[in-house]
Amino acid sequence: MKRLAVPILAALSAITLAVSIHYIFVKAPIQYTIMDGRLFQSSLFFNQKIFYFHVAQAFMLFAAVGLAGITSAIFLKTRNPKWDDIAAAAVDVAVLFGAVVLATGSIWAKAAWDVWWNWEPRLTMSLLLWLILVGYALVRKFAGPSADRVAAGMAIFGMVGVPFIYKMVGEDSHPPSGADGVVMNLGAEYKIAFLMSVIAFLLWFVTLTIMRVQTTRAEREARELRERGLDLGVLQ
Amino acid sequence: MALLRQAGRVAWKDLRVELRSKEIVMTMVFFATLLVVIYSFAFPASDIELVRGAVPGMLWVALAFTGTIALGRAFDRERENDTMRALLLSPVPRLAVFLGKAIAMTALILAVAVVCVPLLALWLNAPLFAHPGELALAVVLGAIGIAFIGSVFAATLLKVRSRDVLLPVILYPLLVPLFVAGTKATAALVAEPSNVELAWFWIRFLGIYDAVFLVLSLWTFESLVIE
Repeated sequence: MKRLAVPILAALSAITLAVSIHYIFVKAPIQYTIMDGRLFQSSLFFNQKIFYFHVAQAFMLFAAVGLAGITSAIFLKTRNPKWDDIAAAAVDVAVLFGAVVLATGSIWAKAAWDVWWNWEPRLTMSLLLWLILVGYALVRKFAGPSADRVAAGMAIFGMVGVPFIYKMVGEDSHPPSGADGVVMNLGAEYKIAFLMSVIAFLLWFVTLTIMRVQTTRAEREARELRERGLDLGVLQ
Repeated sequence: MALLRQAGRVAWKDLRVELRSKEIVMTMVFFATLLVVIYSFAFPASDIELVRGAVPGMLWVALAFTGTIALGRAFDRERENDTMRALLLSPVPRLAVFLGKAIAMTALILAVAVVCVPLLALWLNAPLFAHPGELALAVVLGAIGIAFIGSVFAATLLKVRSRDVLLPVILYPLLVPLFVAGTKATAALVAEPSNVELAWFWIRFLGIYDAVFLVLSLWTFESLVIE
């Protein structure tokens, strides 16, 4: 069963992704609004489709960051490396999803605001979060044996620091999220497509995380075995 | 109270080593001078509006660069002579060791600022002395922030091979809020007309940031630096 988990999850996410693409590009209507007989200025037509990818991936980014934060805290408390493996894996996945979120966001911004980037609180915060994640991954890769402690420290300091930036820069011009945000006010046809997309990426997120955890765990176990071999004098 | 006295001893030890060799201060100050020279070529001093816009960034970039150099060097010194272990074994709490090192580091960064700010005013005609008190306060708070967060990570990176490149990689993303607040406070002070009220908002922000990260550093230092 354990052996089959990854292939099954990967297949499931491929299927749901195909279904969600069908819903997004075929079933969901093209978004535009007409007010007073004129096209409303925020009409994005086909460009709106990127929303299904951008927002779903952003959800996964936050899921990955949350997972990394929680497992880091548990690791510092229990010092059980099992949790550290999950934290490291979650950050790697978060870097990937973060890159997609920033790229799709930029494309949407070019269509909606006519600029690729805008130093607006949510964008700045996402970029900073992503930079901290990349820094964390670099520490993991290059800091050697004490990487786990340095990385955990970075996670804690970053977690405290990122919200600071939110209140610091510019006007908020990102489309609203949360209880009265864009997602909650979607029409029924849009909502199904969006839900399908979230499910597809959630499955994909779980698949990637499990795969990455297996790798980081195997790497750690190989390292520990090597150290034990060195201690016993079996290895040179 | 005893903790503060012990921290003061550690800080004084660091500063005395520095006063004898003058290695970090001299190289840092010279590096900052070179930075200002490069700025003067990059941004024409004759364009006062351009200078007004760019000088906050120049000042804080100089502080960030020299700060990382000083942090790396100060902790390298402990590693080379293997004195970090002696320091940790000495009969004072680790908190005092950390506080002392961070206080000494703050002093070193301020030494750079003391040279850098007049040079910027001199060579770039920047109106940095329009509100000296507020600017000094912002720089002191900034130096404290850089020194404390920096000391935590410089200490944890002590045994890591590629610490020279990793320190800025870790530090700069974490310090972004500090740099934003610092540059905005400086910009409000050098603007024409200057906006002291806005500057105070950002100075208070720096104070809150420092307080939060001071607590966090004191709280995590011990679990992060285990020999």
